[in-house]
Amino acid sequence: MMHWIILPVVLPAMFAPLIGFVMRWDITLARAASVTATVLLLAVSIGLAVMAVDGDTHIYRLGNWPAPFGIVLVLDRLSALMVLLTAALALVVLVHAIATGWDNRGRHFHALFQFQLMGICGAFLTGDIFNLFVFFEILLIASYGLMIHSGGKDRMRAGLQYVVMNLAGSTLFLFALGTLYASTGTLNIADLAVRIPQIPAEEASLVRVAAILLMIVFAVKAALFPVQFWLPATYANAPAPVAALFAIMTKVGAYAILRVHTVVFGPDVPGTEGLANSWLFIASIVTIAIGAIGVLGAKRLMTQIGFSAVGSMGTLLVAISAFTPTATTAALYYMVHSTFAAACLFLIADLVVTRRGTDVLRPIAPTVQNGLFAALFFGSAIAMAGMPPLSGFLGKLLVMDALREPGAMGWAWGAILIGSLVTILGFARAGSTLFWKSTAMPVDDAEDEAVPPPNAATALEVAPTMIALAMLAALAVFAGPATTYLQNTSAQLFDRAGYIAAVLEPNEES
Amino acid sequence: MEIIVASTVGVLTAGGVYLLLRLRTFAVILGLALLSYAVNVFLFASGRLAIDMSPILNKYGDGVYTDPLPQALVLTAIVISFGMTAVLVMIGLGAYLEAGSDEINIDPNAEDDATEPQA
Repeated sequence: MMHWIILPVVLPAMFAPLIGFVMRWDITLARAASVTATVLLLAVSIGLAVMAVDGDTHIYRLGNWPAPFGIVLVLDRLSALMVLLTAALALVVLVHAIATGWDNRGRHFHALFQFQLMGICGAFLTGDIFNLFVFFEILLIASYGLMIHSGGKDRMRAGLQYVVMNLAGSTLFLFALGTLYASTGTLNIADLAVRIPQIPAEEASLVRVAAILLMIVFAVKAALFPVQFWLPATYANAPAPVAALFAIMTKVGAYAILRVHTVVFGPDVPGTEGLANSWLFIASIVTIAIGAIGVLGAKRLMTQIGFSAVGSMGTLLVAISAFTPTATTAALYYMVHSTFAAACLFLIADLVVTRRGTDVLRPIAPTVQNGLFAALFFGSAIAMAGMPPLSGFLGKLLVMDALREPGAMGWAWGAILIGSLVTILGFARAGSTLFWKSTAMPVDDAEDEAVPPPNAATALEVAPTMIALAMLAALAVFAGPATTYLQNTSAQLFDRAGYIAAVLEPNEES
Repeated sequence: MEIIVASTVGVLTAGGVYLLLRLRTFAVILGLALLSYAVNVFLFASGRLAIDMSPILNKYGDGVYTDPLPQALVLTAIVISFGMTAVLVMIGLGAYLEAGSDEINIDPNAEDDATEPQA
């Protein structure tokens, strides 16, 4: 049996306590260990992605127990892609946090960061829905610590709101799992996928309740209307590198919807047919609208980026809500894009905000490197808004191309196009206020003589943002190979029989 | 027995939701505790209600037994919700000491310095 599959969970799990207990007083050592762990994680996830390319569904049975009885980890193209995305994003964010010194403004940043990675990777790899709950809790408890990292009044209050929201979500998750177990007698995803289609539609009311409860839980994570309200306050008040890492957390919710509502409550299951897509579609259209209006109306830069993340989740979920392989391919492409676009915006905003001293959108006399920051912000904003030449344009194009069903098409196209226009307006306003109007303001150096000007950003501070932006450019340049890969990924996701057979096949090696 | 278990879950959930909507730290912590009790009892019930049955097969496999899995799930849920409550109490205390208010609801856009006169 291959032990590589569990490594993305075990590796951070070993480094985190080591950093937390042994290296707690030595930030240099902690940084070195954290970077080492993340680089190793990236290497392992590249290895796993290469392993998954063959299209097989690789299974890791914990304790070698056969599937419905023991917990399994499942590595297919989708989970390999998500783990790779997590590791790449984590490395970018970690370098930024170290270069800007965010990690030293409070305690235990690196230990919590590793625990967060453990939870995220575990959630992507697990093939058991209760285990998914446990990994959700791990990533959440680490995110609570990261969210309030370095403290402060607004951050603590926003953190409390975030914790309460997610604890309520966890309780709902347990109710959903209880309902699901009571009606099927199993919590293994593949086993559920076998049993739920056997339940006739007229007896499936409990299953339908469980399906919708699970969707609400995942919607809380994915910041979908009507449970999106926690996101802007959380992202705006979290430390910026943490907010950039949280770009993958909303994708955990989207991934869970994709996995559970495709494999378990699939499109052709009699009991839950049409349930997920009808509700998901309406909710994501509203989410796009909320995101766009929020971007236009935001008074603070961080809040504005938070709302743009809400809007991008809406676009992503409108593609997922079709539950067809073509639309899922588009959704996956847009998922990779929007993760890096949101992270990129938060990282550049961090560089700007720390030098301006406030993230309120009003002209302040320019500080250092106005041109460089303006260019980076411009690049990230056009990526997020979905303008050519970066991958946001191709992503939205793919999503719209996949949603050609009459009835859905008008709403989806309208929401995405108008939402993009409004987002562009919002970002244009923010960018011109921050970088353009400010150049017209007189620099009153007589008053500020006592205050030294902020330091220019070093190459290491700017590098993570540039790398994230380069990833988006690469995603646009290599859109052809990327979509071919993602087409195979979504084909594998929709091959429910293949997934079930791979997970539940008798364990021949024991 | 069913009516007792069902109404216990219902009453605990109703109380928990009511306290959660108070949006004050202490009430919310109590509310989440009540909700986690409700969910624990609910998880127990998901393995069917049974009295005087062992949770495992006996060695001949002829005795009746109750489903052991929900008990394992409840155990996990108890441990997690206990830890989470401890974290929530600490964060709630920190937020109260920093902000001087135990309200949980905040408006993301209404920031103090947004209304500040321009420099």
